[in-house]
Amino acid sequence: MNSTTAISTLLPILPEIMLVVGAMALLMFGAYAGERSSGATNVLAVLLLAAAAVVVIAVPKGRHELFGGSFVLDDFARFLKVLALIGSAAAIVMARDYLKSVNQQKFEFPVLILLSTAGMGMLISAGDLIALYLGLELMSLALYVIAAFNRDSVRASEAGLKYFVLGALSSGMLLYGSSLVYGFTGTVNFAGIAKAAGEGGIGLIFGIVFLFAGFCFKVSAVPFHMWTPDVYEGAPTPVTAFFASAPKVAGMAMFVRVAVDAFPTVAVQWQQIIVFVALASMVLGAFAAIGQTNIKRLLAYSSIGHMGFALVGLAAGTAEGVQGVLVYMAIYMSMTLGTFACVLSMRRTEGYVENISDLAGLSRTNPTMAFFLAMLMFSLAGIPPLAGFFGKFYVFIAAIKAGMYTLAVIGVLASVVGAYYYLLIVKIMYFDEPAPAFRPMPTEQKAVLALSGLFNLLFFVYPAPLLAAATLAAKSLF
Amino acid sequence: MFVQALFFYLFAAICVASAFMVISARNPVHSVLYLILAFVNAAGLFVLMGAEFLAMMLIVVYVGAVAVLFLFVVMMLDVDFAELRQGFLQYLPVGVLVGCIFLAELLMVVGAWTFGPGVPRAITAPIPPLASVSNTEALGLVLYTRYVYYFQAAGVVLLVAMIGAIVLTLRHKTGVKRQNIADQVARNRDSAIEVRKVRSGQGL
Repeated sequence: MNSTTAISTLLPILPEIMLVVGAMALLMFGAYAGERSSGATNVLAVLLLAAAAVVVIAVPKGRHELFGGSFVLDDFARFLKVLALIGSAAAIVMARDYLKSVNQQKFEFPVLILLSTAGMGMLISAGDLIALYLGLELMSLALYVIAAFNRDSVRASEAGLKYFVLGALSSGMLLYGSSLVYGFTGTVNFAGIAKAAGEGGIGLIFGIVFLFAGFCFKVSAVPFHMWTPDVYEGAPTPVTAFFASAPKVAGMAMFVRVAVDAFPTVAVQWQQIIVFVALASMVLGAFAAIGQTNIKRLLAYSSIGHMGFALVGLAAGTAEGVQGVLVYMAIYMSMTLGTFACVLSMRRTEGYVENISDLAGLSRTNPTMAFFLAMLMFSLAGIPPLAGFFGKFYVFIAAIKAGMYTLAVIGVLASVVGAYYYLLIVKIMYFDEPAPAFRPMPTEQKAVLALSGLFNLLFFVYPAPLLAAATLAAKSLF
Repeated sequence: MFVQALFFYLFAAICVASAFMVISARNPVHSVLYLILAFVNAAGLFVLMGAEFLAMMLIVVYVGAVAVLFLFVVMMLDVDFAELRQGFLQYLPVGVLVGCIFLAELLMVVGAWTFGPGVPRAITAPIPPLASVSNTEALGLVLYTRYVYYFQAAGVVLLVAMIGAIVLTLRHKTGVKRQNIADQVARNRDSAIEVRKVRSGQGL
């Protein structure tokens, strides 16, 4: 094999190689240039993420398998990788102003996000259980560190430690499940597992249950959601914004790929699990958020609920359902990033505030921000014609076509309950006595908010590109 | 055959004896040293079985890293092991009982061991014959070719662990006097010496 063919065979994994090598280069650059280099590393990291996204799209179409099937690049992986890269880039962009104002500028922040994103890419492209675990650990380990990034804050350290301990536990469960699946099928490769699983025995089902418990933890689905509100509240806000966007996309990708690729023959068994998890997440996300006063905690419960809605699509177990999940994740990420751009702008002269009551009367102190935030709240609640409605629409249609009427009906009811607390925020912003005004929004937050707001507002005009990409991606799994 | 059996019993006896000494030695430093002895003898047993790679790993990882770490911890922390060990005899019956149950379960598991029908079909990397390839070589043949992706990914995970440890713990203290050779060399007579007139009876 000469060198040119060697390089071209590595093309599908080039984005991950770029991210890892780039992260190492930025690490060296930051270590020698000192603390002042954090602005430059931020810019370079965002450029690197953009370049990786370009490469992901530029790789020739079709399914590529590398390293004996450990690394798979298909349309499904392409779609989700682009999403994860956008989420990570937005997180770095939004973090700049925050870290500067709390005096936590460090060049390690973008480096850790780059490495975490490389882990997400490996996770999304994983073609067997070992690659899946390695990608997951690479992603999570960097997340544990940046959760505790503000190490002088007790709450951030608590959040980091809690996330680490529970994350290690869930990794343990995932590994236990993997070893059972390996033991009962004799292979770690997803295609091989699908071939050997057959009707599935009690041992294999045990393995699936443990595997799915680990996955549920990573996407913070009930009953493995307990860490989410505490970590979201304790971690620095831009880190929370990152947690709520890209890693969720990667976690959902791994969930869908393992369920559809590795266990198609035992779908009846795992569908029961997903139906329960989806139901419980939607209901808990709707009811537990009602009493919250902290906006980050509220968004944590909201994200639990949204993971439930996305899992409805997976519960259907059809190509249409997977397409619903993909559309949902794309829309969810845009809504989350926009909302966090607003939360990151809740800053007065004395510092950042996080209470919902601080938003009171925002329509008079900052009408533009109030309008966009209100629209994102309507979108999160799923009110047409905003994008959030279409996300829910596609997953519920898939569930109904698969004959899961109860699931769809309970889901719609849960989203009605959820609408209460989203609309409560709108009410506080528009009809309550104004609280002291916030400082002007930083440019980056304005840009992110404008992009996500326009996407949500105008999605119904021209939804075709996203839908077509999601259809293509879903087809590549079936 | 005779020599092999002789060495087996030698290693096994020392291993069991030193394992016993690990828990019964009064001095915790002696315990760790006995632990190292146990590891080395276990490595000897591995060599007798033809698993020389495992033997070397045991020496490098357990003796070289883990046991030395233990030694550091034991020496650094002021743990009163004599106090910890109080009531050892009191708990002995329960401990022996639990140990016996474990042993029985282990025997049952090993006794009922069968391979699933799918397993032999699905083995992806067949084990090469021992006569032609030593097991270190066999591992090397697949580790850097077939499994290079896993190997590199694990390396990146370790890199993240290292960055994380540094980010979360390294502190640049201010007010610590460090040696700065450039500053020292750049000193000249003017910056280092000051001539003052001292009046008698007043001092500086």
